[in-house]
Amino acid sequence: MDSIRILLLLVAAACFIMGLKLLGRPETARRGNLVSSLGMLCAVLGTALVVWEGHGSFTPILIGILAGAVVGIPTAKKVKMTAMPEMVALFNGFGGIASLLVGWSQLHSMNVSGGVQFLSFFGGISIFLAMLIGGITFTGSLVAFGKLAGHIPTRPILLPNQNLINGAVLLLVLVGAVFFGLHPDQYWIFLIAAVISLGMGITAVIPIGGADMPVVISLLNSYSGLAACAAGLAVQNNLLIITGALVGASGIILTNIMCKAMNRSLANVLFSGFGAVTSGGAGGGGQEKKEAKSKTPEDVYYLLEAANSVVFIPGYGMAVAQAQHAVRELADILMENGTDVKFAIHPVAGRMPGHMNVLLAEANVDYDQLVTMDDINPIIDTIDVAVVIGANDVVNPAARDDPDSPIYGMPIIEADRAKTVLILKRSLGSGFAGIDNPLFYLDNGYMVFGDAKKTLEAIVAEFKED
Amino acid sequence: MSFEVLAFLFMLSMFLGLELIAKVPSQLHTPLMSGSNAISGITLIGAMVLAGHSGGSTFALILAAVAVFFASINVVGGYLVTDRMLEMFKKKDDKKGGER
Repeated sequence: MDSIRILLLLVAAACFIMGLKLLGRPETARRGNLVSSLGMLCAVLGTALVVWEGHGSFTPILIGILAGAVVGIPTAKKVKMTAMPEMVALFNGFGGIASLLVGWSQLHSMNVSGGVQFLSFFGGISIFLAMLIGGITFTGSLVAFGKLAGHIPTRPILLPNQNLINGAVLLLVLVGAVFFGLHPDQYWIFLIAAVISLGMGITAVIPIGGADMPVVISLLNSYSGLAACAAGLAVQNNLLIITGALVGASGIILTNIMCKAMNRSLANVLFSGFGAVTSGGAGGGGQEKKEAKSKTPEDVYYLLEAANSVVFIPGYGMAVAQAQHAVRELADILMENGTDVKFAIHPVAGRMPGHMNVLLAEANVDYDQLVTMDDINPIIDTIDVAVVIGANDVVNPAARDDPDSPIYGMPIIEADRAKTVLILKRSLGSGFAGIDNPLFYLDNGYMVFGDAKKTLEAIVAEFKED
Repeated sequence: MSFEVLAFLFMLSMFLGLELIAKVPSQLHTPLMSGSNAISGITLIGAMVLAGHSGGSTFALILAAVAVFFASINVVGGYLVTDRMLEMFKKKDDKKGGER
C-alpha cells in the first residue's frame, strides 16, 4: 500500500510539472490543463490512501468535496467569458481561505492534543504563514472580485497615511510571527493575527485602481500558491510544497510581465494608488486643448470601405460593451472586402493578463490575426485606419511624449501614427486613470460616440445595406 | 521529514517553476493564470489529511472540512474554467478540419 501511495504522489508531482510546461504553448495548452487535472486526481487518491491507512474518517472529506463540486461545477460552466477576471479572482480567494483553515485546523488539533508543546520554531512560523498569506489572499481576492464585478468602485480608494499604516501593520504581524514561532502555545496571537491578515488583504487591494488589476490578480495568484506552500510546511506535506512553489513562481512571472508592460515597478503599482494622486498634473496641457472631431457610423463606413488595412485595438471597454462578436462580424466583412485586418493587443489591455485574447477567441477571431504591441508599432504608419475600441491609456500618446504625464514611459500601441484613428467611446471622459488623452484631439483622430457594440453593429448594418 | 529537507524542496521547486514558465505567449496568460490557480487548490490534500484525522477535536475537524470545501471549489471550478477557455482557443482549427 505504501508504495502505491508514494507512486501516486510522485506521479501527481510529475503531472503538475508537465502540465505547467504544456500550458505554456498554444498547441499543447489544453492537454497541459488535462494532465495537471490528472495530477490532482492522483494527489487526491494518494492522500485518500494516507487517510485510509491511518483509519481516518472519510465522511467529512467526502461531504467537503461533494459540496465543493456542487458549487464549483455549475459556476464554472455558467460564467460568461467577460466575467472571467472576477471568476478567477474568486476561485483564487477560495484557495487562500483553504490554506488559512488548514493552518488553523492543524494548530487547533495540536492545542487540544498538547502536541503544540513540541512544535518547532519553523513549524510554528509555517502555520502562521499559511494563515497570514492565506488570509491576505482571501480578502484581497474578494476585494479584487468586487472591483472587477463592479460591486466596489474601481477607482483607487486611499486612506490618509495608508502606506504608513500598512507598513506598520506588516511589521507588527512579522514580529507576531517570530513571537509565535518561539511560543506556539500562545493561541491568542494566532487568532488576532488571523483577523489582522484578513484586514490586510482588504487594505492592500482597495487602493489599487482597476487598470492595475492585471498586476494584482497575477500577484494574488502567486500568493495563493505560496499560501499552499506554507500550509505544506505546516502539515509536513512535500507534494503541497512542490506544487505551491510552482504556482507561486508562475504567479511571480506573470506579475513581472504585467509590470513590465506598464513600465512600472511592483512597488509603484502596490503603493502609489495610481490615479488618486495624479489628478493634479492633468491641468498642464489644458490650455492648448483642441476640439475633438466626431464621425457617425455612416462616415466610418465610407472610411473603412476604402481602407486597405485596418487594425482594431481593443480595451476594457470592449469587454464592458460585450462588443467582441460585433467586432468579429465587422472584421469578417472587411476581409471579404479585401481589407487586411489585424487585432493589436496590449499586454495589459483589460483587467487580467490576456483578457482580450480570451474575448476575441470566444468571438472566434482567428489567432493569426492577433498581433502584439511590438509587432504592430513598427508598421503602424502604413495602416490606413486604426479602430480603438474601449481602450484608452494603452494608446495614450502622452505616455510617449509628455514627461509630466503620470503614465509617461509606459509602452503603448502607437495608434496616433496610423493614417486615421477612430476612437469608439461613450464620451470624451478621460480614461480610468483620470488622465487626459491627446489622441482624441489629433488632426487624424475622430471620435465615434456611443456604446461600442451598438456603434459596431451600426457600421455593419451600413455595409450590409450596400 | 525534517524542516531542512522541506525548505530545500521549496527552493528547488521555486526555481523549477520560474524555468518552466519563463516564456509564455500573451495569448496564454489568462489560461496559465487560471490553470495554475486550479493547481493552487492542492491545499485540498492538506485539508483532507486533517479532515481525516482531526486528533479528536471536533472544531479542528470542522475547520478542515470547510477547507476541503473551499479547496474543492478552487480545484474543480479552476480546471473547468481553464478548459472552457482553452477549448475556445482551439475552436478555429477544429472548424477548419470539419468544414461541411
